Amino acid sequence: MSVMEVYENRPRKLWVRILIFCVLLAAVWWSSNGISFNGIAQKGAEVASGIFHGLTHPDLKIMFGTTTEDVPFLIAQTIAIALLGTVIGGIVAIPISFLASTNVVPKGIAYLFRAVILLIRTIPSLVWALVWIRVTGPGAFCGVITQSVCSIGMISKMYITAIEDLDTGILESLDACGCTTFQKIRCGILPQLSASFISTIIYRFDINLKDATTLGIVGAGGIGASMLMAINSRRWAMVGSFLWALIVLVIIIEYFSTRIRARLAHGRQ
Amino acid sequence: MSTDVSKMPLFDRIFKPQEITLENGHKVLRPRSRMPLIAFCVLTALYIAVQVTGFDLKIILARGNQLGKILSQIFHPDRGYFNKVVGPLLDTIRMSLIGTILGCLLGLPVAIASSSNINKNRPTLLFFRLVLAIMRSVPTLIIASISALVFGLGTFAGTVAITIFTLGIVAKMLFESIETIDMKPYEAMQSFGATTLQAFWAACMPQILPTYLSHSLYCFEMNVRAAAILGYVGAGGLGILINERIGWRDYNGLGMVLLSLFVLVLIIDFVTDYFRSKLS
Repeated sequence: MSVMEVYENRPRKLWVRILIFCVLLAAVWWSSNGISFNGIAQKGAEVASGIFHGLTHPDLKIMFGTTTEDVPFLIAQTIAIALLGTVIGGIVAIPISFLASTNVVPKGIAYLFRAVILLIRTIPSLVWALVWIRVTGPGAFCGVITQSVCSIGMISKMYITAIEDLDTGILESLDACGCTTFQKIRCGILPQLSASFISTIIYRFDINLKDATTLGIVGAGGIGASMLMAINSRRWAMVGSFLWALIVLVIIIEYFSTRIRARLAHGRQ
Repeated sequence: MSTDVSKMPLFDRIFKPQEITLENGHKVLRPRSRMPLIAFCVLTALYIAVQVTGFDLKIILARGNQLGKILSQIFHPDRGYFNKVVGPLLDTIRMSLIGTILGCLLGLPVAIASSSNINKNRPTLLFFRLVLAIMRSVPTLIIASISALVFGLGTFAGTVAITIFTLGIVAKMLFESIETIDMKPYEAMQSFGATTLQAFWAACMPQILPTYLSHSLYCFEMNVRAAAILGYVGAGGLGILINERIGWRDYNGLGMVLLSLFVLVLIIDFVTDYFRSKLS
């Protein structure tokens, strides 16, 4: 047998593939019933070319300006919202996640707090922002509070995993050495948790930064509001400079967060 | 211990390490703790952030009861409103289903083109990776609002947004797993004279298929949550209702919308978890 014949006779699960294909086709057919394609909107082509033009010819005056309407301030505000939101969320999540860990408190209390965490996670961040706006009024402060609350959900979920993985043998041996409670916490618990906690917070900062750019759409500060306004009023050069700033920001933050987290996980190389 | 100053990190050159003499006369260096420097940087950043965002806890203490009122209304959903939720809920599922399938299908060739062990052409590799990075960094709502301008308001715009978003994520996760596969079968096939595509299809595809499918399921799960808010910028689905209910301050209706979204997400989580456990 030549090589090509062997290649042609390689095992193929024909029936399984046909079945999967049919299921996918049925899913696509069912979904496409509800999705109406009305053709490209009248000015659709104009919008597309406008965005392309904006990306290639960004508005440099806005890009490097110093007023509160310009890109550097808005980016700084977005980072500030994400930073404060993550730190507050990370701090508030610590007591909640200890109270929701089955190896710290009785099961009943732990499940109660888990239900609270689930509720926080269920409501989308945009809805949280819209609800908080009624309390704080529009602005960056609303963004900070929204992100703090939303972060609690995911951060405590990852904290709980770390807390439930605690090696309690160390505490027993510290006990045997005659350590006080404070010493046990300082030398037995903190070193085990700090790396994973910090890693979680940095990861969440990465997510919050991306979220903070969209929260502006509902009026919660950051770059989103100005960007949506520029898109709706079709000032493509402005849209271009906002998009570039956003892309560069997210890529830089993602790079550093991945590097720092790799170092936290594997130690200094 | 060698004390080659030029190999030390900058920090240790500024803050000289402490020298400790052990009992047996050896000298070891103990680098200064970085903690004070990191703490100083973080605190400064936090202080600036507080100034920039106008953070003020008094507002929350003064008006916090407002939140309680709204939340208590959300937790008493208006059951009669469910009839109006069904349509947009199905739209949301449809948008995320078709967007996920399209995004995952398109993501496969892009992932192959951006994995460094298959595509040996450096410029095209960097080009594809840059495009993927750009796709992932533009927020979904911004993509949705642009595509709502291009394709008109409605579910189609949302589908396009989800497709682009899924493509970026699936392709990235997939090329990371393609780069870790065993390349020996692939090289063996190439040495027999198979083309790149034939070799990839027969030697690499079986290795990455389970990961590919589980990434796709994960994306579907994420897309349902994302699709639910896309309507806020006019791209169809539950978001329209969310926007409308909040605008009218009908928080009982909003509660019903959120409750049905919650049940939907739970069901989909359960189903995808089941299939994922079958895959691994």
